[in-house]
Amino acid sequence: MCGIAGIIHRKGASNIGFEMTNMLQALKHRGPDSTGFAIYGQPEAGEYVLRFKVAEQEELAQGHHFHAVIAERRAQVDALMAEMGVDVTELDEATEYAYRYQIRYDGDLKKFADRLENIEGAEILSIGNALELIKDLGDATVVSGQYGLGDFTGTHGIGHTRMATESDVDIRSAHPYWAYPYNDIAVVHNGQITNYWLMRRKLEREGQRFVSNCDSELLAVYTATNLEKGISLEESLTKSIDEIDGVFTYLVTTKDQLGMAKDTMAAKPMVLYESDDVVALASEEVSIRALIPHEIDTYDPYDEEVRVWQV
Amino acid sequence: MAGMNQETTSHEMGMHTQALKGRDIKTMFSLSEEGTYAYPYAQDVDFNKRTEIDVAEIEATEVNSQIRALMKEGYGTIVLKNPGAKHSLCVGILNRLNLIIEGSLGYFGCGLNDGPNVRVSGRVGWSFAENMMAGVVIVEKNAGSTFGAAIRGGDLVCRGSVGSRTGIDQKGGSILVGGDTGAFTGFMMQRGRMVICGNAGKNLGDSMYDGTIYVGGEIQDLGVDAVPEDLNDMDKAWLTRKLSLYEMLPDKGVDHFTKIVAGKQLWNYDNLEPHEKKIIL
Repeated sequence: MCGIAGIIHRKGASNIGFEMTNMLQALKHRGPDSTGFAIYGQPEAGEYVLRFKVAEQEELAQGHHFHAVIAERRAQVDALMAEMGVDVTELDEATEYAYRYQIRYDGDLKKFADRLENIEGAEILSIGNALELIKDLGDATVVSGQYGLGDFTGTHGIGHTRMATESDVDIRSAHPYWAYPYNDIAVVHNGQITNYWLMRRKLEREGQRFVSNCDSELLAVYTATNLEKGISLEESLTKSIDEIDGVFTYLVTTKDQLGMAKDTMAAKPMVLYESDDVVALASEEVSIRALIPHEIDTYDPYDEEVRVWQV
Repeated sequence: MAGMNQETTSHEMGMHTQALKGRDIKTMFSLSEEGTYAYPYAQDVDFNKRTEIDVAEIEATEVNSQIRALMKEGYGTIVLKNPGAKHSLCVGILNRLNLIIEGSLGYFGCGLNDGPNVRVSGRVGWSFAENMMAGVVIVEKNAGSTFGAAIRGGDLVCRGSVGSRTGIDQKGGSILVGGDTGAFTGFMMQRGRMVICGNAGKNLGDSMYDGTIYVGGEIQDLGVDAVPEDLNDMDKAWLTRKLSLYEMLPDKGVDHFTKIVAGKQLWNYDNLEPHEKKIIL
């Protein structure tokens, strides 16, 4: 089933971490397997935020020796960064297996990402100037607490509560998806994509890489490919309704935009609240009401509806 | 095992803990029996007896239990405050009741009802009033998709706009929408009437078996086997009466409405037995 939610503040930053946690916790019944956040903070000029993991949560159950494996993998990542001239300005251990590095790097981001992911178990969750992508097993409160999102300040964000259907319950298959290797783009999706393999092979032939077998990752790669070609976010969303088969409602965020698209059958839900200050969207109104408890006017966007909001 | 029939054998094997009993159809619908047409759990309520419940901190199942308990005490007018878009509120009410909901409901609100008059001051989520059998339900703001799915009777009104697949599988009653509707409105409609005062999305009336859809605005396109028909005097009279009843009659009247019915080209059933069909084919 899955639940998706998004929020964008049009007049300055807010406590986006707290807001997204509340919205996603209200959607827990739509998917308790994992929770993910893609939130956009206040960027430091010339710096990237790199979020990556070197193991899956359940791998810790393999035994005590695995702690040493994790330390070894991380040491390899640190060595690679030193070798490639990546300057780490700030370092934060969110969990034993997932980290947040603030870095300065002038080289080829794709080359860096590819080399980092060549290390066994290493997977980049996101790279961005403003984007911070956090995903792990558990509900929104658990993940938010674990990664200290309660006081995160930012302008916009999207999130996802996952009910695993066609792929595993692990961080790799959790949303949001970062649009490798382009910074600051993230996608959450509710639905099923029926021409997944066809589209995936097409994009792979164009040189794109996929890390999971989750159909939602396709939307992230698809959007990134379009944006790279100079297509606007709105055009990409509109194009996807024709080119992607299946039932889907998905949200995309860039550094300063939040977009949504709904498939031609309008089979997956989305409730929208729009005011001068804030736009909030979610699979169910109960999620928006976790943020705005008083009575509000909301509506369901129609089939093939595409909307993009600017910070 | 000699002398044992199937029932005693299954009891011997421990497959039953008690004998199954129930009323047969003849008993259920005996005209002479008093209360034949009342549900076993229907309550005798007094509309002048009014009470309020604040449901802000109460789970949906508890809210529904409280409504039942109040009806048992004879309350005929119940006001629900702060519903907060919770799901599955006010379902399975099988008698006359005035229910006033001050706020918005989530999914599956007011489903499986037979009789209550409901007024919702906010918005409602997906599958609102699904399988409603009788009564009047009015929503003041917008509604989500599959609004009034499979309703069998009563009047279901939304003054705002509704999502997709409105009245899917409608089997009776009337659905009235003040604004627009999304795609596949009236999908597989079987009976009853639907009025859309605004515009209708694509595939209107797709695969409808029967029933009538009236649209006041523009129709994006018609679904398979949905065809327009001329609006006759009876249609106009019905529309005027129904829309006036809920204060939704447009200033310009009802002459501009388009009437959509089933073309009945998709009907694939007849009086033939399967072996007779084979002969024809």
